[in-house]
Amino acid sequence: MPSAQRHHRFLELASIPLLLLFWQVLAMLMAQRLFPTPLAVGAELIHLATAERLLPDLGQTLIRAGLGFFLAMVLGTALGLVLGRVRSLDRLFSGWLIVGLNLPAIVVAILFYIWLGLTETALISAVVVNKLPLVAATIREGVRNFAPEYDELARAMRWPLARRLRLVFIPQLMPFVLAAARTGLSLIWKIVLVFEVLGSDGGVGYRVSLFFQFFDITSILAYTTAFIAVVLAVEYGLLRPLEHKVLKWRADPA
Amino acid sequence: MARGPSLNLSIAEKRYATNAAPVLAGIDLTIAPGSVTAILGPSGIGKSTLLRMIAGLDTQFSGSIQIDGQSPIDAPPPGFVFQDPRLLPWLTVLDNIRTAGQGVDTATALSALERTGLTSAAKLYPRQLSGGMQRRASLARALAMSSGLLILDEPFVSLDRALVGEMQDLVAEIIAADQPTTLLVTHMPEDAARLADRVLILAGQPAKVVADIHLPSPVIFRDRKDITSHLRTIEGAIGFRTRPEI
Ligand SMILES: Nc1ncnc2c1ncn2[C@@H]1O[C@H](COP(=O)(O)OP(=O)(O)OP(=O)(O)O)[C@@H](O)[C@H]1O
Ligand SMILES: [Mg+2]
Repeated sequence: MPSAQRHHRFLELASIPLLLLFWQVLAMLMAQRLFPTPLAVGAELIHLATAERLLPDLGQTLIRAGLGFFLAMVLGTALGLVLGRVRSLDRLFSGWLIVGLNLPAIVVAILFYIWLGLTETALISAVVVNKLPLVAATIREGVRNFAPEYDELARAMRWPLARRLRLVFIPQLMPFVLAAARTGLSLIWKIVLVFEVLGSDGGVGYRVSLFFQFFDITSILAYTTAFIAVVLAVEYGLLRPLEHKVLKWRADPA
Repeated sequence: MARGPSLNLSIAEKRYATNAAPVLAGIDLTIAPGSVTAILGPSGIGKSTLLRMIAGLDTQFSGSIQIDGQSPIDAPPPGFVFQDPRLLPWLTVLDNIRTAGQGVDTATALSALERTGLTSAAKLYPRQLSGGMQRRASLARALAMSSGLLILDEPFVSLDRALVGEMQDLVAEIIAADQPTTLLVTHMPEDAARLADRVLILAGQPAKVVADIHLPSPVIFRDRKDITSHLRTIEGAIGFRTRPEI
């Protein structure tokens, strides 16, 4: 087992360098102007970061994504809890949830821009509305799967509410919160950029749309690379360690 | 340690729904402090239901249950070993024991683990334990509560015979040392013959106590001969009381 595990770990580490290599080969086969090599993009990346607006743009996008993510998680979790626990409300609103899950993201964004103008509030609201149904649906599913046996145990022990929350409720909820966070985050990364193209005065999406007007593919790829680096950093630096810590009891010991 | 409480049961009727058939009816019993009462009966008769009522987990019945004069909810919580081990899978074995009741200190938890032979498993998660170890952990948790009332719902079921003997010895030791009022639900007459001062046999629909047998000779000093003779008494009662009715 340990040797197989080391093997898997190596494959995981090799995966990104392999992608870069693949990119390099592809770029060499194709026309330079339409598809620059990773090295050219790297150089452009450094230039954009030091002399241009890459860092403020990234920051702006991250703040939008982070805020939208946070609000959607909090509100979606609350809504999911209510729907999972209260049958009548679930019956009443499950149709809404299905509508929400299938609303085209772009339509939501356009509506909010019309209602609220091309503002931060409109952008973040659109992100929240897009992600919230997914979070709520995931959490609702989790709450429905709660094991009544543990509630009975808690009652037999006469645990007060705070203790029940800490020992029974939250541990059962956490896997679903993490699942919602994971799917939600990958959704948000995508829609934030689209909404930025649609209406904002900065951020990765906005800048990429400008580069598009000049067919500046190198800069587009440089921005994309920087953005993906951030996404990977969040994934490996934050989400995975958190999952590992919180879900340790489920996994087999490494 | 103080002896356990006395129990007064006067259950007129227990139904799960108003239009459902009653599960239990007309159960009137007094259970002495520090006694070990085995409750025997076929599957689905209402044994777990009765235990849940005594533990204050089910209050939907007509009649009353008193534990030292208090209602089950107001009485101190019992040490309850459920029919399944019911450990919290996200806590280590030690932490599972430490959550017992309103929380017990590590020393108490460790001593409960030692009594059940689980010291080396303290840091493991429940899924890393065998079925028998999980049952012992569940017993350890009930012990750590040091409640006067110990409720055991089929604690030996689905264990192999060697392990059953071991667990029985363990329970006998605990009963002798702490003298809790103990309710032991089982469908094995052997468990009752080994551990109980008194055997209640449930039968019928709704279930009633069809036999109430007091077994002489204290549990701690019981030898193989006593157990065999008790077993014969119990099996006789089961055969006589239940077969013609069902
Ligand atoms: N929550 C419930 N809702 C409705 N009926 C129930 C519920 N729990 C138990 N019953 C019914 O009550 C009866 C007694 O169940 P109980 O679990 O007390 O039996 P038992 O004697 O413990 O059986 P076993 O030996 O199989 O554990 C059964 O007919 C069962 O179907
Ligand atoms: Mg049962």
